[in-house]
Amino acid sequence: MPTVSMTVNGKAVSADVEPRTLLVHYLRENLGMTGTHVGCDTSQCGACVVHIDGASVKSCTVLATQAEGAKVTTIEGLAQGDKLHPMQEAFRENHALQCGFCTPGMVMSAIDLVNRNKNPTEREIREWLEGNLCRCTGYHNIVKAIAAAAQAMR
Amino acid sequence: MAANGIGVSVRRIEDYRFLTGRGTYTDDLNRPGQVHAFILRSPHARAKIKSIKTDKARRADGVIAVFTGADIEADQLGGLPCGWMVTDRHGKPMVEPAHPVIVKDEARHVGDQVAVVIAETRSQARDAAELITIDYQALPAIVSTGEAMSKSAPLVWDQAPQNLCYDWALGDQAAADAAFAKAAKVAKLDIVNNRLIPNAMEPRAAVGDYDAAKGHYTLHTTSQNPHVIRLLMSAYVLKVPEHKVRVNAPDVGGGFGSKIYHYAEEAIVTWASKKIGRPVKWTADRSESFMSDAHGRDHVTHAELALDQNGTFLAMKVSTTANMGAYLSTFAPCIPTYLYALLLAGVYTTPTIFCEVRAVFTNTVPVDAYRGAGRPEATFVVERLVDEAAKVTGLDPAEIRRRNFIPRNAFPYQTPVVVQYDSGDYQSTLDLALKGGDYAGFETRRAESAKRGKLRGIGLATYIEACGIAPSAVVGSVGARAGLYESAVIRVHPTGSVTVLTGSHSHGQGHETTFAQLVAERLGVDIANIEIVHGDTDKIPFGMGTYGSRSLAVGGSAMVKAMDKIIAKGKKIAAHLLEAAEADIEFKDGTFSVAGTDKKKALAEISGAAYVPHHYPINELEPGLEEQAFYDPANFTFPGGCHVCEVEIDQDTGTVNVVKFTAVDDVGRVINPMIVEGQVQGGLAQGIGQALLEGCVYDQKSGQLVTGSYMDYTMPRADNLPSFTVSTHNTLCTHNPLGVKGVGEVGAIGSPAAVMNAVHNALAPLGITRIDMPATAERVWKAINGAPRRAAE
Amino acid sequence: MYEFNYHRAKSVDEAVKTVKGASEGKFLAGGHTLIPTLKQRLARPSDLVDISAIRELQGISVAGGTVTIGACTRHGDVANSKDVQMAIPALAHLADTIGDPQVRNRGTIGGSIANSDPGADYPAAILGLGATIHTNKRTIEADKYFKGLFETALEDGELITKVTFPIADKAAYEKFAQPASRFALVGVFVSQGKAGVRVAVTGAGVCAFRVAEMEKALGAKFAPESVANIKVPSKGLNADIHGSAEYRAHLVTVMAKRAVAKANG
Repeated sequence: MPTVSMTVNGKAVSADVEPRTLLVHYLRENLGMTGTHVGCDTSQCGACVVHIDGASVKSCTVLATQAEGAKVTTIEGLAQGDKLHPMQEAFRENHALQCGFCTPGMVMSAIDLVNRNKNPTEREIREWLEGNLCRCTGYHNIVKAIAAAAQAMR
Repeated sequence: MAANGIGVSVRRIEDYRFLTGRGTYTDDLNRPGQVHAFILRSPHARAKIKSIKTDKARRADGVIAVFTGADIEADQLGGLPCGWMVTDRHGKPMVEPAHPVIVKDEARHVGDQVAVVIAETRSQARDAAELITIDYQALPAIVSTGEAMSKSAPLVWDQAPQNLCYDWALGDQAAADAAFAKAAKVAKLDIVNNRLIPNAMEPRAAVGDYDAAKGHYTLHTTSQNPHVIRLLMSAYVLKVPEHKVRVNAPDVGGGFGSKIYHYAEEAIVTWASKKIGRPVKWTADRSESFMSDAHGRDHVTHAELALDQNGTFLAMKVSTTANMGAYLSTFAPCIPTYLYALLLAGVYTTPTIFCEVRAVFTNTVPVDAYRGAGRPEATFVVERLVDEAAKVTGLDPAEIRRRNFIPRNAFPYQTPVVVQYDSGDYQSTLDLALKGGDYAGFETRRAESAKRGKLRGIGLATYIEACGIAPSAVVGSVGARAGLYESAVIRVHPTGSVTVLTGSHSHGQGHETTFAQLVAERLGVDIANIEIVHGDTDKIPFGMGTYGSRSLAVGGSAMVKAMDKIIAKGKKIAAHLLEAAEADIEFKDGTFSVAGTDKKKALAEISGAAYVPHHYPINELEPGLEEQAFYDPANFTFPGGCHVCEVEIDQDTGTVNVVKFTAVDDVGRVINPMIVEGQVQGGLAQGIGQALLEGCVYDQKSGQLVTGSYMDYTMPRADNLPSFTVSTHNTLCTHNPLGVKGVGEVGAIGSPAAVMNAVHNALAPLGITRIDMPATAERVWKAINGAPRRAAE
Repeated sequence: MYEFNYHRAKSVDEAVKTVKGASEGKFLAGGHTLIPTLKQRLARPSDLVDISAIRELQGISVAGGTVTIGACTRHGDVANSKDVQMAIPALAHLADTIGDPQVRNRGTIGGSIANSDPGADYPAAILGLGATIHTNKRTIEADKYFKGLFETALEDGELITKVTFPIADKAAYEKFAQPASRFALVGVFVSQGKAGVRVAVTGAGVCAFRVAEMEKALGAKFAPESVANIKVPSKGLNADIHGSAEYRAHLVTVMAKRAVAKANG
């Protein structure tokens, strides 16, 4: 089994994995970080979105071995102690989550958007969320939260 | 009002753990020694299983066991039970076929369980499953709702001729016929209510964990109602003592009905854990969810409305065929009957209604409740029919509705279809929605769209629903095999903080916040000192769970009852401590006081005295401050309201865009406006999804599920939807202590009809009269292309 | 996924050698086609050779009237490249319509065209601009590259290294997305340049194809009305629950019209 080493939320980690191990399973099963979820098997729902070297990716469509040497950030790595990241705070403030299952991927995806586009329009937010499915909220409050977070992150 | 009490948009208590990745969903749980199950499913819609060879799979790497239907039979496991018996119009019970946990001789839909492989890892289990050889004899299958009763249709069950599960009717057919004979005008409609796949974002999962030392079974599962699962699984399937079974539904990632039912996988992992002596986990891939989660809707209906000269509704006749799938899921039979026909009066004074429903078996995944469950189907029939009536009478859709509304002063209102509405104000919700949606200004917007070559349409739905499910005696009299009360325990701790144990289950609804507000308001306790506990049968009292928008109306009422007992007991203790008469004790904002004096005791002092009963009326009163209550509702609750939708259609491609959506709902008393709006918005997305995007498709010949993944089943995405304008105009429920009605389903109930009325309105100028849901681009383009009056002409 | 061996190649030579030496080797670039396929157990390679770390397969350059894109360049990098946006804005726009942001952050141009999914977007640009595909062995003209359903001119073990696009005077891409997958139900790429007018269609057929009749009409007059009444025959076009062959044929005309209008600004 190949050895894979990467940095997850600032911490160096290393493990022997079957080559067929997906990054999401490496995070959930090897590292016990279950905040990243699996909601589909066709790379569409976005519940598994994490950042690799700052870019949002679907960790269900990346082999753990492909993340060799990478800096991975997951939902568990956002808050500073008890202080939520402005995107997390905006989601809470705007009731942008209900069951919470899509939320980690949604938040990670949204942060990538705001990192690229400091002042996204409603249309830009909605289009950016193409890769994130939510069945609970109707997206209304998610869009609101992202717009609010963009302001807060400026 | 308490600072975080009723009516305040308190930010959700549960959000912190979800936002930081620290929720605990079933698949997040890992037990020591845990192994993994893979369910091998039928690739055929219908096939005889001539033989199954599992030797190779058993010898594969990491495999611990392989079980088939023969093992289930050998252990004499029962089938998955159905919780509702529908009796047909001739007094005959429905056909109720066995629903085996793993099939042995015949698979009846694509996805039916045929074997389970248990291995050290999930990949190993799946690898080994490919080594199982099954000799299938594929048989002709039927998947079409409309064709299921035809002579040429193969039979799903020999004991169900014509594939008929039941032929049920409600109402006076002769009276309806007589009214139609006298009608000045008749509106007629043929409609399909498209089959939907619920798609909660968390796929189902289950972990079975048998403790041989105690003879105790634990099942962690993605359920909306853990006690119902415990009862059904222990009493009917595993046949083990109920008290030896714990069912825990931890954080659950959405349900929408699909996680109400007792599923085979839950029984399989629990049973298998004992067989192999290790915890067994199963988690569905999304592809498995598509072919094993109960689906929703799937009706084919002909409906007619008789009208007099003035557009007054005289009578309605509805004939529906409803697809049950291959087996009867837990509550399937009641959805197209008691949750459907009883709603056909809508918000109107239609005096006579006759409805017949034929439920049919097909070689498809079972169909059961999905958000709204029967009520969106009823609303779709009524509200599409009313628009049709507007057309035949030449009246404006808003006007014909006004002429037929049940007036404000007519409540309680007895409908011709069993139910009695307690309150409502349909005129106001219509007026507010028309104002909010600028109905008056529509023609200007239509003209503006036309300038850009687009067709614009507006549509209304003034809907009703029955929820807060349900009075046990009523549902029992019509076939329910369960009661539908709810339970609550209020535990005031010695220091005055409060734990609430509820039989309701939160899987997105925000109960941990709403219920805490309720308790904060009633007991005057700071919301930070209240915790809501739900989901674990070892902790909570027997409860019926969450569905049918019932948690606040039924579960919340149980909490109120239990709190009333707390207050009553607290008054007795206070009277003793304050040396006053019990009748003179008042309770307000967390303080017991003697009327007209400044003598008082805080709740925490009372609870302290109750648990340290040194100075205590010990001869009359037990120590402790904990009360339990069960609440069985006196009636359903009846939320209603008006949805106004505006669409724009690209004539070149047929694409329909929702450009404006206004909802004004009457949901009774609102505890947390923020959560209420969120519930409506989510429901609207599902309703718009049904109208324009979502549709489960089976191949008519092979019976294969064509929409078997997100590659083909269109889930609503953020860019498919507009921002919504949502508000409430509330009348109070008259029969529960909170005046609440329920909000979980309203969004999905009113919206499909509003959207489709808008689509038909947009296309009417072309002479197009029928577009079925989902109104996909191609469907609309075809209609435009073959339209009697082409747009270009 | 079935089991496989994983290798990370440092050079094109090493990658090609490793794939050839395996019983059933496959190149792994962004993995956004291959990994979903493996997850569904629709393919069973013995070995995956990760080429994403090979430097010579990366990057975008513009010179001599040509845009050159390394095979392992991600869709997002093409979409956001100021150089591409300047030289062939239609190509940057097309890259921005592929999948979703997360797919664009991983998926690569080489992977997309090696796979030749009938609903993929890039093939429309390859054909629509008359690009040249460079491999470890040779160069292949766009018109000779797409052979059929998931079938290209690539031989076993042949690796795409880069793609060169001639800069057109005018170009545009219009896509009608399949509503569920968001692949192209029909996508039309039009361009006008030194080599004349090209109209390429993706999504509608087994692989991307050109529409000669439209090209001729646009050659005479590059305006939407020139193609408004030209319909591709529906016979042989793809048909599924999202679009019949007739509907796709119709959409080819609509998208072509819109693309021309857009190209004209």
